[in-house]
Amino acid sequence: MGTAVSRFDQKARAAFDRIGTNDVRRDELLRHPVYTRFLHWSYALCFFLALFSGFGIYMPWLFRWFTPIFGGGPLSRAMHPWFGVAFCFFFGLQILNWVRDMRWTQADTRWVKNIRAVVSNSEKLEPPETGFFNGGQKVQFWEIVAGSIVFLITGIILWFGARTFGRTAVWVSYILHDISALIMLGGIFIHIYLSTIGEPGTFGSMIRGAVSEAWAWTFHPAWYREVTGRDPRQAYEEAARSRESSGR
Amino acid sequence: MSDRKTLQTEMISAHPGPSPGQGVQRNFEVCKLIDTTTCIGCKACEVACVEWNDMPFSETVFDNTYQTMPETRWNYWNLIKFNEHVRDDGTVQWLMRKDQCMHCADPGCLRACPADGAIVKYTNGIVDFQQENCIGCEFCVSGCPFNIPRFNKTTKKVYKCTLCSDRVGNGLEPACIKACPTGCLKFGSKADMAFIAQERAAQLRDHFGFDKAGVYDPQSVGGTHVIYVLHDATQPELYGGLPREPRIPWSYTLWKSLAKPILGTFSLLGLVGVLLHYVTVGPRRPQPEDTPRKEN
Repeated sequence: MGTAVSRFDQKARAAFDRIGTNDVRRDELLRHPVYTRFLHWSYALCFFLALFSGFGIYMPWLFRWFTPIFGGGPLSRAMHPWFGVAFCFFFGLQILNWVRDMRWTQADTRWVKNIRAVVSNSEKLEPPETGFFNGGQKVQFWEIVAGSIVFLITGIILWFGARTFGRTAVWVSYILHDISALIMLGGIFIHIYLSTIGEPGTFGSMIRGAVSEAWAWTFHPAWYREVTGRDPRQAYEEAARSRESSGR
Repeated sequence: MSDRKTLQTEMISAHPGPSPGQGVQRNFEVCKLIDTTTCIGCKACEVACVEWNDMPFSETVFDNTYQTMPETRWNYWNLIKFNEHVRDDGTVQWLMRKDQCMHCADPGCLRACPADGAIVKYTNGIVDFQQENCIGCEFCVSGCPFNIPRFNKTTKKVYKCTLCSDRVGNGLEPACIKACPTGCLKFGSKADMAFIAQERAAQLRDHFGFDKAGVYDPQSVGGTHVIYVLHDATQPELYGGLPREPRIPWSYTLWKSLAKPILGTFSLLGLVGVLLHYVTVGPRRPQPEDTPRKEN
């Protein structure tokens, strides 16, 4: 199973690398290959389509102005489940693509316990054991995995309704579907913030595929060590020294 | 309803703000009284319903009972539910109940509906579906404790008995009432019908030996605008599964009106949180940072 998945991912990455390009420049590292970026933006699009078409159904007295975007209420209702299915499809491929990098470790537990320092930005450098993904990213990833499973099950129940699954199943699903959506909505703000203005230099990893070496040794030192073979702390100190000597 | 009145809306599904025109004129609360003890199961009401609402007669199955079909359909809103009930003493009783929308005072379908104006309740108590506003989500099906709304897969809309709002709005009784040959169906104001129903139930108890006879007007949905006289009001389930205590799921009352806005606001805190983080703590930058250039 594990090898079949990684063989599939390998093939997909190779195929997508032939189609798209990774724009990695001087002093930069490749973080996300074309395949990962393609999946990310595919399900990102599906997520927002599902989110906005769902808003009008979630709280119509406040969000009814969303439904005309999708051609009116009946069409938003008809398309919302398909957006959701497409989201689950692309995100499912991303799970296969990322599941190895997302495996929970002791370092992640320590990262989560140390969350206060991350939020208050008191430690400028991540602990040296932080790998390709940090604990926070893994928490969000697994939340979305769990949320998608809830979405899929409750969504199918809501899709075919009480005439198929009975009254109780529908109103229970209705609440769980809402809760899952609210958690993801809260999470998406944090995700967008941290990948753009919250941690400058991150956005490029999902556009060009590349991040600067400084970004890598600051936020994901263990990954930096893995791909460059150099010590992240040493690399940082060298850079700091050369900064000083050049008078900047 | 001798005087002609426009139907005034009282409640509108998923509508922001008050219902327009509310309280402009006084309106009777109308009511359909169904006396199951005098129903002979002739199905004239079924035919009248199909005729008036201009629906084709759909094919049906014969299941060895006096029931036309197992359930109401999107184009068959009115069905006599038949039950051959064996009493404790071994005698047999045929129970006939006219099954259709109950036009609840607190309609579960309307509470569940997320489409503005797809379900309206008039001040006279009639609950009506407006198919042009329906988005076909079928939440009303799970909101209704009487299993009434029916989904049409082709039009992707739900349909049900309108209590002939088009006739009532023009001072006429519903088609089923007009067709009933035994007088087991009556139509008038809610107060009058409730009074007649109670009188009839008392008569059944006092003179016909139906000790448990009573009126079915469930208060768990605020009363209904279709009420029954039953031989045995303690066992409404016998009458084709009439719920003893119909309930609207709390997800359509508590969750929808209270938890949704509150929890929705909570998830917006994510946005507020990151913006506050940006202006107070500031972003995390790759190290070493460029120190701000001194102005010369």
